[in-house]
Amino acid sequence: MPAAKANSNTQTSDDQAPSTPLVEFSKEQDLSAYQTMLTIRRFEEKAGQMYGMGLIGGFCHLYIGQEAVVVGMQMALKKGDQVITGYRDHGHMIACEMDPKGVMAELTGRAHGYSKGKGGSMHMFSVEKGFYGGHGIVGAQVPLGTGLAFANRYRGNDNVTLAYFGDGAANQGQVYESFNMAELWKLPVVYVIENTRYAMGTSSTRSSAETNLSRRGISFKIPGEQVDGMDVRAVKAAGDKAVAWCRAGKGPFILEMLTYRYRGHSMSDPAKYRTREEVDKVRTTHDPIDMARARILEKKFATEEDLKKIDAGVRDLINEAAEFATHDPEPDPSELFTEIYR
Amino acid sequence: MPTNILMPALSPTMEKGNLAKWLKKEGDTIKSGDIIAEIETDKATMEVEASDEGTLGKILVAEGTQDVAVNTPIAVILNDGEDASAMSAAKPAQQQKAAESAPPAAAKSEAPAPKEEKTAAPQAPAIDVAADPDIPEGTEMVTMTMREALRDAMAEEMRRDGDVFVMGEEVAEYQGAYKVTQGLLQEFGDKRVIDTPITEHGFAGLGTGAALAGLKPIVEFMTFNFAMQAIDQIINSAAKTHYMSGGQMTCPIVFRGPNGAASRVAAQHSQCYASWYAHVPGLRVVAPWSAADAKGLLKAAIRDPNPVIFLENEILYGQSFDVPEDPEFVLPIGKAKVERVGKDVTIVAFSIMVGKALQAAEELAKQGIDAEVINLRSLRPFDTETIVASVKKTNRLVSVEEGWPFAGIGSELAAIVMEHAFDWLDAPVKRVAGLDVPLPYAANLEKLALPQSSHIVEAARAVCNR
Repeated sequence: MPAAKANSNTQTSDDQAPSTPLVEFSKEQDLSAYQTMLTIRRFEEKAGQMYGMGLIGGFCHLYIGQEAVVVGMQMALKKGDQVITGYRDHGHMIACEMDPKGVMAELTGRAHGYSKGKGGSMHMFSVEKGFYGGHGIVGAQVPLGTGLAFANRYRGNDNVTLAYFGDGAANQGQVYESFNMAELWKLPVVYVIENTRYAMGTSSTRSSAETNLSRRGISFKIPGEQVDGMDVRAVKAAGDKAVAWCRAGKGPFILEMLTYRYRGHSMSDPAKYRTREEVDKVRTTHDPIDMARARILEKKFATEEDLKKIDAGVRDLINEAAEFATHDPEPDPSELFTEIYR
Repeated sequence: MPTNILMPALSPTMEKGNLAKWLKKEGDTIKSGDIIAEIETDKATMEVEASDEGTLGKILVAEGTQDVAVNTPIAVILNDGEDASAMSAAKPAQQQKAAESAPPAAAKSEAPAPKEEKTAAPQAPAIDVAADPDIPEGTEMVTMTMREALRDAMAEEMRRDGDVFVMGEEVAEYQGAYKVTQGLLQEFGDKRVIDTPITEHGFAGLGTGAALAGLKPIVEFMTFNFAMQAIDQIINSAAKTHYMSGGQMTCPIVFRGPNGAASRVAAQHSQCYASWYAHVPGLRVVAPWSAADAKGLLKAAIRDPNPVIFLENEILYGQSFDVPEDPEFVLPIGKAKVERVGKDVTIVAFSIMVGKALQAAEELAKQGIDAEVINLRSLRPFDTETIVASVKKTNRLVSVEEGWPFAGIGSELAAIVMEHAFDWLDAPVKRVAGLDVPLPYAANLEKLALPQSSHIVEAARAVCNR
C-alpha cells in the first residue's frame, strides 16, 4: 500500500480490519475514473487561478491531490444514495455529477451558481444529485450525514449515506456522538475520513493521540479500515465493501483514506508546516491521476492520443465553466431577502 | 417524641400531590427504608420511603386524598415505648422549621415566601382573558393542562403525517422527563418515539440531517439549557441552510422543551433563551403561555416548513386552561394576542410572564389604571403591528420578560416602538426583566432576581406618572 508507506505519521497496527484486496478496473472504469479525477484537478487549478484574479472571494479550499477518494467512493454508490462533506467540497460535487458551470458560478458568487450566489465555495447543494453540502463548520456534517442515514432507515429504503470529514474533524466531539447513535441504531452511513496528515497547519501527530483514524470507531464497535486513498481502485474496492455492509443493515462503517492535499489549507495558506520535498515526493510517486494514466497506457486501454483527446475535452469543459462563471450576472439585489423562510 | 411524616416534595416545582396508596397500616412496625406509601404527582407515581423507625401510630391523610400540599403531616410514627397519647406532642412544630428559620439579615425585607409566591402563580381560569379572534365563536372548549395540550398536539400531528417523529432524552420509555410525551411510545412505537443518548449536539445535528432529507422531527430538549451544547447545529445547520442553498433545501424541524427558570434549580438550569434565538434569521421562535397557545402553536410549528424553536415553561406544564376541542385548531405563528383590553398602558409579555402581567393588570385596575396586556406568543416573526396599534392607543409601554435585560426582547420592543410609534409615546418605555445576574439558588435571592407582578405594577404606575 504505497500511500500508507508514504504516510509516516500513520502506523498500521495488527488489530485493525484487514484492508480490502484491490480489484483491477475494467477499461471503462479506468477511463471514466481518469476523466473524472482529471476534471476535478483542472477545475481546482482553474479555481485557484480565478481566485488569484480576484474573481473568487473569501475562503477557497482546493482538493488537488485527493481526487481518487471521491471518485472511487462515488463508483460504489447507486441512485438515491447521499453524499455530505465539509468545506473542501468542489471535488465531491463534480464526482456527484453536478454541473461544473453551476459550481464555478457559485464560487464567483453569481446568479446561476448552485446556491444562487448566496452560499459560496463551502455551501452548495444538489438534492437532485444526492449532494447535501458543503458545510462550513468543521465536523458539523457528521451528525447531519448520520441524520440523512437515519431518514433512509426511517423510510425503509436501502440507500446509504457517505459522510466525509478530515483528520482534523475526526477530533470533534460531535463525531463520536454520531458514531454512538449510528451503531446503536444501525444506521447506513459510511464515515469517510480523508486523512491528509494536516488539519490546516497541525500535523496529526501533534493533534491526535491515536493517529490511526480507522480505529476511532472501536469503542463503538464500528469496523474500520485504512485505505490507500491515492489509488482509485483501492478506494472503490473498500467503498464497495463498506457500502454493502451498510446496505445489508449492519450499521455504519469507517474508511480512513490515506491521502494528501498538495495545496495549502486554503488559498491564503503558505503551507510552511511541511517541506517542499514532502509534497514533491507524493506528487511524483503517488499522484492518483498520473498513476491512473500510466496504468491505462500500460494496459493499453487507450493510447497517448486518446488520452490527449480526453485531456482536451476536460480543458474545454472547465474553460466553459470559467467563462460562464465570469460572465454570469451577480444575483439580483432582490435575492437578499428571499429564501430565509419557505 | 412522636415524629410526623410530611408530604414530601418530589420535584423542584411540586406544590401538591395525591396520596395514592398506603402500603403500611396503623400499628405496623416501620424500619428506615421501608416503602410506606405511593404518591402521585402530575409527572409520576412515586414511592415514599420511611426515614424514621418506630410504629405507624396514625394515618392523618387517607389514601385517595387529592391535592395534599407539600409539608402537610400525613402520618405519625411512634418511637419505642410511646403510645397514641403522645401524639399530640408531635404537632406541626417540626415541619414549620424550614419555612420559619430567619432569613439572612440583609434580605429581611424580602422574607422567603417561595410557597406563597408559587401558589400565587398564574392560574389562567382565575383571570378573565379576552376572546381569541383566532378561535371562532361558539367553538367547543375543553379544559386541559399545558402538558396535555402539548402531548395532544404532537399525537394529532403524528397521526396526520407519518414523517413526523419525536426524539430526545427520556421521551419514550420514561414517558418524558416532564411527562410531556406521555403515551406517545404506546401509540406510535419505537420507530417514531425515540430515546436518545445524552448527546444534545449529536442528536440535534442528526435530527437536522433527517429534516434536510425531508422528515419532520420534533427534537425535545430536556430543557433549553442543554441545547447550548447543540446551538451550532440549530443556528448554522438548521436556520441557515435554506438560504445558503439558494432555496433548495428546507429544514422542517421543531426544537422544543422547557425554557427559563423552573424553581430553585440555579443558574445553569434557569436561563431564558428567547432573545438568543429570536436574534437569528431563518428560525421561527414561539413561546406559548396558555394550553391553547401551546396546542395551536405546536401544531403550527410541526406543519411549518422552517426550523421552529418552541420555548415552553416547566412551571406552566401543570396549569389548566380552556383549549378548543377541534383537532384542526391551529394558531398562526407570528401573531400576538391581546389577552386584556385596556386604554392606559400596554404591557407586553410572553410565556409565564403573561400570567404575571394579567395579575398586575388586576391590581392596576384596583388603582384606577386600565392596562392592556399583550401575549406575544411568537418572538420571530414579531407582531409589530399589534404592539404598535396598542401603543398608539395607550401611549405607554411596559415590557416584561424573565430573561436578562441587556439586549433582551424588551430592548427590541423599545426600539420597535421608537421606530414605529415615537410620536405617540407619552413616557419612556419601561423594561421589567430578570436581574442581570446568574439566577441564584437561595429562595429569597431567586425571588428577588425574577420579575414579580409587583414589579410590573410599579413599572406601569411609573410610565403613567402615578
